[in-house]
Amino acid sequence: MATLLALARDTKTQPLIWLFATLLAYRLCLTIQQKTKGHPLANPVGMAILLLVGVLWLTGTDYRTYFEGGRFIHLLLGPATVALAVPLYANLPRLRQAFWPIMLTLGVGSVLGIVSSTGVAWWLGLDEVVVRTLLSRSVSTPIAMGIASKVGGAPELAAVFVIVSGVFGAVVGLPILSRLGWRRDITYGFAAGLAAHGLGTARALQHSPTAGAFAGLAMGLNGLVTAILVPILLRLVAA
Amino acid sequence: MLETLLMLIGFQLAGEALGVALALPVPGAVLGMMLLFAFLMLRRGVPRALQQGVPALLQHFSLFFIPAGLGVVLYSKLLGESWWQMVVALVVGTLVTFIVSAGLLHRLMVLSRARRRAARREVA
Repeated sequence: MATLLALARDTKTQPLIWLFATLLAYRLCLTIQQKTKGHPLANPVGMAILLLVGVLWLTGTDYRTYFEGGRFIHLLLGPATVALAVPLYANLPRLRQAFWPIMLTLGVGSVLGIVSSTGVAWWLGLDEVVVRTLLSRSVSTPIAMGIASKVGGAPELAAVFVIVSGVFGAVVGLPILSRLGWRRDITYGFAAGLAAHGLGTARALQHSPTAGAFAGLAMGLNGLVTAILVPILLRLVAA
Repeated sequence: MLETLLMLIGFQLAGEALGVALALPVPGAVLGMMLLFAFLMLRRGVPRALQQGVPALLQHFSLFFIPAGLGVVLYSKLLGESWWQMVVALVVGTLVTFIVSAGLLHRLMVLSRARRRAARREVA
């Protein structure tokens, strides 16, 4: 342990240590997920993040040092997102069949994603900055931060909101739909991508490639629609 | 894996370029996904490199969120005193969006399937 800590303090090996720690934490949390037979609360991303927060705190490591190693994993997020086009293409016949239902749901889901959290925050009397930041809750982090900075929100806060709702959506999604009897892969995937963006998509991909493909589609389209709708809705409210 | 990465990163960069050129508010990766999808439609098939490499990459899609997610958790001090109201707003908003979208899509798909079946019966 002491040798490991010494290694971690050595700048030459540091990035590798944090790359290794991230992979190890993820692997460990996958095992926990399998051991609990996929219990919804055993979400590998959520657990691995909490585990690593603990490790950083115990070792007194700041995020910048961690990210020297973590960014090698972070960099793959983009290419993996692009790769979602492949399972989506494999589902082309289903996509064609469900085209209009999907487009209608996209419209309703995007508007709901924008107004729902914002409405609750406004009703609870939260700060105006917070209310405005919540407008972009239902899209992936880079889009949310961009929207927040444009409409008088706080970009860093937007990132926190996106991750919290993403982990929450990924955890509760499937159990809720199972209970309601709407468990088809397209339904689950598309709703998960709409309400819980990337993390919902990651969870849907664990369920099936089809669910993941439709989640990725929902995430992409919702990002586009939300970025267009937020300024328009704000102007309507102001008028 | 080499061809897979070349294609995926290539499409992401093409997406980034498109986003900058058209001043779109969407990240390059999401535009890259749409470009790759259009490319597969035109080509009417998935190149062998992608057939082999993509499943391996997507199997651990969750992993790629961990470094960014960790940064965000460390930001959560920003939530301040009214953190629980914010959590309520997030939880309610996510639930409403998720359940209404799933319910609507479920109903619409049942409807459109019934309509297709009726149309087929008419033809027959």
